[in-house]
Amino acid sequence: MAIFSVYVVNKAGGLIYQLDSYAPRAEAEKTFSYPLDLLLKLHDERVLVAFGQRDGIRVGHAVLAINGVDVNGKYTADGKEVLEYLGNPANYPVSIRFGRPRLTSNEKLMLASMFHSLFAIGSQLSPEQGSSGIEMLETDTFKLHCFQTLTGIKFVVLADPRQAGIDSLLRKIYEIYSDFALKNPFYSLEMPIRCELFDQNLKLALEVAEKAGTFGPGS
Amino acid sequence: MTVHNLYLFDRNGVCLHYSEWHRKKQAGIPKEEEYKLMYGMLFSIRSFVSKMSPLDMKDGFLAFQTSRYKLHYYETPTGIKVVMNTDLGVGPIRDVLHHIYSALYVELVVKNPLCPLGQTVQSELFRSRLDSYVRSLPFFSARAG
Repeated sequence: MAIFSVYVVNKAGGLIYQLDSYAPRAEAEKTFSYPLDLLLKLHDERVLVAFGQRDGIRVGHAVLAINGVDVNGKYTADGKEVLEYLGNPANYPVSIRFGRPRLTSNEKLMLASMFHSLFAIGSQLSPEQGSSGIEMLETDTFKLHCFQTLTGIKFVVLADPRQAGIDSLLRKIYEIYSDFALKNPFYSLEMPIRCELFDQNLKLALEVAEKAGTFGPGS
Repeated sequence: MTVHNLYLFDRNGVCLHYSEWHRKKQAGIPKEEEYKLMYGMLFSIRSFVSKMSPLDMKDGFLAFQTSRYKLHYYETPTGIKVVMNTDLGVGPIRDVLHHIYSALYVELVVKNPLCPLGQTVQSELFRSRLDSYVRSLPFFSARAG
């Protein structure tokens, strides 16, 4: 059981805080000789597997590292293009690590505002009177829980489908936000949260929630 | 417990079928627009979820709930999407949605040479069988609607 990440979205749909607390890694490393028996393609500034699923390497996985050195988007650590590097027989044998592409901060911003719109559409398409937006979204690998405050700020927590006690965690995060972001005289409303105390207390709350699954009655 | 409505989309976003039972609020836009909005939302949720997921997914998006209703989603490998809105008390109903696809849509529409694929289903038999199947579900309440 685990809590994967936390997002805080302001009332305009902008991401003002994001924390990845735990990321299960499904990575596969393999040594290849020339020619590469996988088809790679460039997508969103990353090199993805387009064809040739095998040995834990799946279509959609990105090239994460070459010979143990992390790649930087579509470039290797020393600034060469990954596809060009892998097209040169002189560089083989080569060991490549594949895995799910990590989200860049731009993508996180985009996904946060995307959720903001989905939340609104979810309430518009309601077959019942007076519905809120999406409060819980379920998939086979994670559950997304969202709590919108009266002032329009959304707290979003991504957790394992079996993790309990997320509702009280969301209230707890709201409390931490009020105590350590809002009451901080240097914090300006609707802007990214850069407060050390907020960070510390949030991490503490996530730890407690992961272990106990709940904060008990009282809080 | 109750069933509000049901949408059936094909992979191009055409609404093949729509029916409603206990729907208390309309979206306030023409039906055609509503289908497009619903399909667009599901399309975005699918891409949202596949980007957000920390692990590789098998079934992907299953359901979401708001304070008043729950939307259940089932997609076949051919891209047919079955969407059912119920109240919050209903648990996972993948098997029900799968039954609507395999025993009703495939049997009565796909195998029916008079039903052209890719457009709204006109078959009266499909409509009535679907209606009686949904009405027979254990979570379909008999409350006046």
